[in-house]
Amino acid sequence: MGKLQGLLFALATVVLVVVSTAYFMKPWMPPLLSDRGDIDHAIWVALVLTGVVFILTNLLLAWFSWRYQDAEGARAIYWHDNPKLEWTWTLVTAAILFVILFNALGLWASINGPAPADAALVEVTGQQFAWNVRYPGKDGILGRTDFKLASQENLIGLDPADAAGKDDVLLLNQLYLPKDRAIRVRVRSMDVIHSFFLPQFRVKQDAMPGMVTEVWFTAKELTPPDKPLEIACAEHCGLGHYRMRGQVHVVAASELDAAVAAAAGQ
Amino acid sequence: MATHAAHAEHAHAPQAFIWKYVFSKDHKVIGIQYYVTAMLMALVAGLLAMLIRVQLAWPEKDYTWLGKIFPMGYDVGGGFGVMRPEFYAMLFTMHGTIMVFFVLSTAPVSGFGNLLIPLQVGARDMAFPFLNGLSYWTFLPGCLVILASFFVESGAAAGGWTSYPPLSALKGAVPGSGTGQTMWIIGMVFFIASFTMGGLNFVTTILNLRTKGLSMFRLPLTMWAMFLVAILGLLAFPALVAACIMLVFDRHYGTSFFIPAQIALNNVPLLTQAGTPLHQGGSPLLWQHLFWFLGHPEVYILMLPALGFTSDILSTFSRRPIFGYKSMVLAMCGIGFLSFIVWGHHMFVSGMSPYLGMAFAVGTILIAVPSAVKVFNWLATLYRSRIRFTTPMLWAMGVISLFISGGLSGVWLAQAGPDIHLHDTMFVAAHFHLIMAGAALFGVFGATAYWFPKMFGRLMSEPLGKVHFWFTFITYYGTFFPMHYIGIAGHMRRIYDPYQYEFLKPLQPINELITMSALILGASQIIFFVNFFWSAFKGKKAGENPWEANGLEWTTQSPPPHGNWPGEIPEVHRWPYEYSNPDAPRDHVMQHEPAGAAAGH
Ligand code: HEM
Ligand SMILES: [Cu+2]
Ligand SMILES: [Cu+2]
Repeated sequence: MGKLQGLLFALATVVLVVVSTAYFMKPWMPPLLSDRGDIDHAIWVALVLTGVVFILTNLLLAWFSWRYQDAEGARAIYWHDNPKLEWTWTLVTAAILFVILFNALGLWASINGPAPADAALVEVTGQQFAWNVRYPGKDGILGRTDFKLASQENLIGLDPADAAGKDDVLLLNQLYLPKDRAIRVRVRSMDVIHSFFLPQFRVKQDAMPGMVTEVWFTAKELTPPDKPLEIACAEHCGLGHYRMRGQVHVVAASELDAAVAAAAGQ
Repeated sequence: MATHAAHAEHAHAPQAFIWKYVFSKDHKVIGIQYYVTAMLMALVAGLLAMLIRVQLAWPEKDYTWLGKIFPMGYDVGGGFGVMRPEFYAMLFTMHGTIMVFFVLSTAPVSGFGNLLIPLQVGARDMAFPFLNGLSYWTFLPGCLVILASFFVESGAAAGGWTSYPPLSALKGAVPGSGTGQTMWIIGMVFFIASFTMGGLNFVTTILNLRTKGLSMFRLPLTMWAMFLVAILGLLAFPALVAACIMLVFDRHYGTSFFIPAQIALNNVPLLTQAGTPLHQGGSPLLWQHLFWFLGHPEVYILMLPALGFTSDILSTFSRRPIFGYKSMVLAMCGIGFLSFIVWGHHMFVSGMSPYLGMAFAVGTILIAVPSAVKVFNWLATLYRSRIRFTTPMLWAMGVISLFISGGLSGVWLAQAGPDIHLHDTMFVAAHFHLIMAGAALFGVFGATAYWFPKMFGRLMSEPLGKVHFWFTFITYYGTFFPMHYIGIAGHMRRIYDPYQYEFLKPLQPINELITMSALILGASQIIFFVNFFWSAFKGKKAGENPWEANGLEWTTQSPPPHGNWPGEIPEVHRWPYEYSNPDAPRDHVMQHEPAGAAAGH
């Protein structure tokens, strides 16, 4: 009975390693359309490093459970400390993790760094269960909003008294991005927490009521006009969370204003 | 002399059934009460998970039959049954809440902690037996409140187990945010009060009631885990109580801890009659900080006991001393300490300052070091050992396997950059089900099989135990490993119908596979319950020390009598890991055997 169990455990572990590794080789990431390839790179490096550790530790586990079974005449060693060995594996692990950390902090800093000066601007306001998208228009300035003015007709509470808001363009669940030009997205919420998630652009930013958070990135590929991508909501926001879905179109930078105006006119 | 007096006092065990088994002050009875209650709660939470999984695989199917069983959850009008989206939210909220707090903080800690602490430290009972009984009777109402919440108007809480406001604070935000959320808060406060009483008992007993010769560095690693868990609980839970009380005030008395002024719900601004904002200047981020200040230590409250059980079981059945005892203790202390400075890794994309994100990434990566040390020590313990593959040993091996699988994905998530893509996707569900839920669950199963003799005087059935292990091990991986892949592909968590999204439609076959695996996983738990109850009454009589183990709990009868040892409490002469010492006459030397009887340490 014991022998069989050890064998089974070794076998199961090897199967786990082989199958899971084979599946991890598949391209699971959604196709990348933005300049955030460094995130993919970091994920890939993490996959390889942790994959090696996964395979090695599991193979040891499998080997030991198969090899060191209790049997007539079997002997176990009396060995319970080895400071040198213990310090070695602790420090080696720490060193590898330090390198990972160093790279991770660099990546995080670059993602959160300041946007290029010529970046376009868009505001995305989450609301149960839709995304209000607002472009600043010709003047490049988003007009004032006040939640007290919010109503069925004025979803985000645009202030009609503010001249800067006169040329703002409002879209519902439609986001247009310029290709090869950075875009700053001001993320807000009218009610509860949502999360603005663009899977193909490696962008996710919670929309916090009472706060404005900003992310920036650059779209790198056009989307076919009849095949837009999707905005998803990644934070549970109520019973309609699962259908808080929008569409993303990437257009040539020179055509952004026209595309937005056309979408608004429809 | 003192022990004699204590012994005489304890000889008078209560006789009436109600004082002996219901309102008991005996740590063993209380431990079993906690354990059984937690396992029944697990049944409920597991059932909820099955409903979640069925919905994720086949949201388009007709569920009229389920609507008959759960009328509050399904719309069956027009001859076609569909789950209500808000019911789905209640399912994952209550599944998570019950599993984390009422099952896997309870069975290992309050269940096995109570059962084992006096037995392993050599005490007649916990330091405060009355407080101990009271803690169980505080816990039980919490369970009942949580269960009852499904039946109130508008249903159970639906804001996720994290209950983020404003969703959980504004009654109009989601159906469950009415009475259901109130009951969630009440249930949590009961739970925390009971856990705090338990924690005081744990720390005091382990510090003050250790028998003669039992220094801290001779404690079994399970005892170290319990000691640390109790400290973590005492330090971390107050943050959640505070947050819960603030949430009550926000919900009922018009304060604004978590609710900012600028809110318009359903296009109606939240204003007073006078036209001023109903709320002023609160921040939803504050709740997240308070919640995760508890929440992260909480995941180690689930895991540390399982890691302790694993070390003890591993050493017993590999017939080798645990490798690196001191570094194991240090690693657990390190994990415990670091668990207090990593909570922000749940908030990388919340809008919290990116500088804070950096600090939390550092802490999170650091915590991987002691975790890795534990794995290396376990592997070194197995090296050139003599493994006896009993059921408890299989579960311990399972814990190691899950701890590796689930721990490594933590290195992905700790790097704030990759977390932008992976946060709130099924990748995270895979990660925490493997490491936190899986390791803790397997630890509980292992501990049950291992210490069953000290609960009921009998052994659990080995064949049934092994069948249960294999079904659970294989389907657990089958359920949770593929979640990594769909998570990387962008599949969000907490989604009632994933296939609303074009980019998730191709993932349906994988979701079906996961669900089938989960259904088998759920069904195989029947084997455990059958084994448990059958063995409790009909199992093989265990005798004092069926596993040839070394700890003090194995020096007394199974089950131990009231007062734990019929005679004197044994004295301790060494650590509990003396296996295969070549200088000893037998392959193991128990903690209480005098030095003369066994040469060597
Ligand atoms: C019977 C095996 C289990 C199955 C099949 C299962 C399945 C699931 C599923 C499908 C979800 C929803 C994922 C989503 O958000 O879309 C979930 C969430 C969750 N599960 Fe489990 N689970 C199981 C056991 C456990 C255990 C033992 C724990 C113990 C800690 C646990 C803790 C959680 C938590 C904390 C959540 C998150 C709830 C939330 O989003 O608010 N689960 N589980
Ligand atoms: Cu949402
Ligand atoms: Cu955490």
